[in-house]
Amino acid sequence: MNSIIQITNLSKIYKDAEMYSLDNFSLDIKEGQIFGLLGPNGAGKTTLISILCGLIKPTSGSFKIDNLVYAEHVNEIKKIIGVVPQEYALYPTLTARENLLYFGSMYGLKGNDLKEKVIDSLDFLGLLKFADKRIETFSGGMKRRVNLIAGILHNPKILFLDEPTVGVDVHSKNVIIEYLKELNKIGTTIIYTSHHLSEAQDFCTHIAIVDHGKIYAEGTPKNLIETTANARNLEDVFISLTGKELRDAI
Amino acid sequence: MSVYKEFLLLKRDMGGVVTLFLMPLVLIITVTLIQDSSYKKGNDVEIPILLVDYDKGNVSKTIFDNLQKSKVFTVVTSIDNKPITEAVAKEAVFKGKYQLAVIIPSRLSTDLQAKIDQNVQKIVSSLGFADSSATKPKVKLVNHKEVKLYFDPAVQLSFKAGVMNGIDKMISQIETKSIYTAFQEQLGDENAKFNQKSFITFKEIVPKINNKDITPNSVQHNVPAWTLFAVFFIVIPLSINMVKEKTQGTFIRLRTNPVPNFIVLAGKTVMYLIICQIQFYMMIAVAVYLFPHLGLPSLNVEGNLILMSVVALFSGLAAIGFGILLGTVAKTQEQSAPFGATSVIILAAIGGIWVPVFAMPKIMQVIAQSSPMNWGLEAFYDVLLRNGTFWDLVPELFLLFLFFIVTTTLALLYDKKKRAV
Repeated sequence: MNSIIQITNLSKIYKDAEMYSLDNFSLDIKEGQIFGLLGPNGAGKTTLISILCGLIKPTSGSFKIDNLVYAEHVNEIKKIIGVVPQEYALYPTLTARENLLYFGSMYGLKGNDLKEKVIDSLDFLGLLKFADKRIETFSGGMKRRVNLIAGILHNPKILFLDEPTVGVDVHSKNVIIEYLKELNKIGTTIIYTSHHLSEAQDFCTHIAIVDHGKIYAEGTPKNLIETTANARNLEDVFISLTGKELRDAI
Repeated sequence: MSVYKEFLLLKRDMGGVVTLFLMPLVLIITVTLIQDSSYKKGNDVEIPILLVDYDKGNVSKTIFDNLQKSKVFTVVTSIDNKPITEAVAKEAVFKGKYQLAVIIPSRLSTDLQAKIDQNVQKIVSSLGFADSSATKPKVKLVNHKEVKLYFDPAVQLSFKAGVMNGIDKMISQIETKSIYTAFQEQLGDENAKFNQKSFITFKEIVPKINNKDITPNSVQHNVPAWTLFAVFFIVIPLSINMVKEKTQGTFIRLRTNPVPNFIVLAGKTVMYLIICQIQFYMMIAVAVYLFPHLGLPSLNVEGNLILMSVVALFSGLAAIGFGILLGTVAKTQEQSAPFGATSVIILAAIGGIWVPVFAMPKIMQVIAQSSPMNWGLEAFYDVLLRNGTFWDLVPELFLLFLFFIVTTTLALLYDKKKRAV
């Protein structure tokens, strides 16, 4: 498989921080993978995704997306990536349809093509009958699903998902995961962070366990479990690599 | 699409929309009503003042009559049916029950007459008009007289100065009249009857449009000033709108899609500029059509509406540029809202909305030149009061546009520096 994201020696230290959020971080993600970035709070997962999406500057290092250097091809890269942030990045006073029509238009989609895509996506995620309701009236799970649609309307080649199922009920979570699997089948590479290790174990084709801004282990879920002593599942691998102490971070 | 999204966001916040359009109208009506009626001749509300008359002569009667005739004051000479003493008047004024007390000293009329008679007699004698056989009257020593004024410490200096000038002028007129009368009596000749009317009078020459005088009234001054002030308050909702996008997370989407930031900002600029123009036309409509029903003069926009709209447009742009910069730099609404409100008030103060720039200290006059509100105000005055043409407005319009370009560019650069990879 071809590399779609190549990260080389990427480092990030925030102003006034004592430690690096990313410390000489290198990673190669292949086209078509569902790549899980797993790690405790403050491990550097969101920082990595924020850098790859162009939201913050790295302190040093470089990365390529689809063989394009980000700083030199910002617009081309923005067209092929989709971002589903941890926050509900939606206008609460607009309806689901209005939000999606607006965000879809930002990727050059328009007219009936856009309208149909919005309807199809809402339908697939069980939200069509709420299309004209304001987001502020939605439950957490419903907001998460609209948040996901807003990131994939333009059929991105690469999709960044920062904890897409956090705080949602089991039904919503299943619908979201199924939808993401369908997207992956049609060729979307997915980079995903989560605290739900069992979900990641079933969903991801590849996983990197990250802590203190570094990769502690990388491979398929099966491979990681097999190569870790006494590990029965991904959670055992995770604890074994990152320890049991609390990771509250400010 | 960005403009439509901004429109929808505003439409869904009806409370905010009502505030955006209603509050400027309330502001302009309130301020103009207050400023128009303050110390105005013919005002329905007359200010009660205390007059303590120890003189009981012609001078005190003239002062009383003139104060009554002024229609600015109601003269109060007794409280609870008792004549007022100086001590009572002083206490009442210093406690703020009345704003002014005038104390006329005893024997003011007789002593003034005596002093004038002495002086006139001296002049007439030196000119050889006096009867040489008559014995010279003994010169009586006349003491200097003082009319005392007590002011409520809370009254403004401008009010004080106005009253003191008025009383000073009144006393000068009384003295002059008495001098003329004394000469007449001394010369005893019907031919020496003087014309006591002022020889020098003042005439204000005002600009003309189509041979018609443009006489400025309080509305012509107040409406542009407070309209501009209200338009600049767009800084607050606009900066809050931008800060909300950061806190809601929608900012992440706006930064990760291929549409450049300046297009997103252009959408906001167009929408908020439309709001500014609607605010402007609503305020003008109120000043033209509602003010006459409130006892205020109507705003005269005859032939000036297009130029005024141009000034409002450029002023709106300047305000929006400032709002965009504030919304970009501020991280929370707690930062943007108080800073926005305070800075607009400061810009208004510096710009001459409350106190005319020419009346400011030298240093503030220099600083005033840097306030976009001053540029906007001068442009409005050029149109409404100075009969200016479009070309007269160009310097101010250029500065307002430059302010928009500079603030928006700073916002774009700040954002790029902060976030771009």
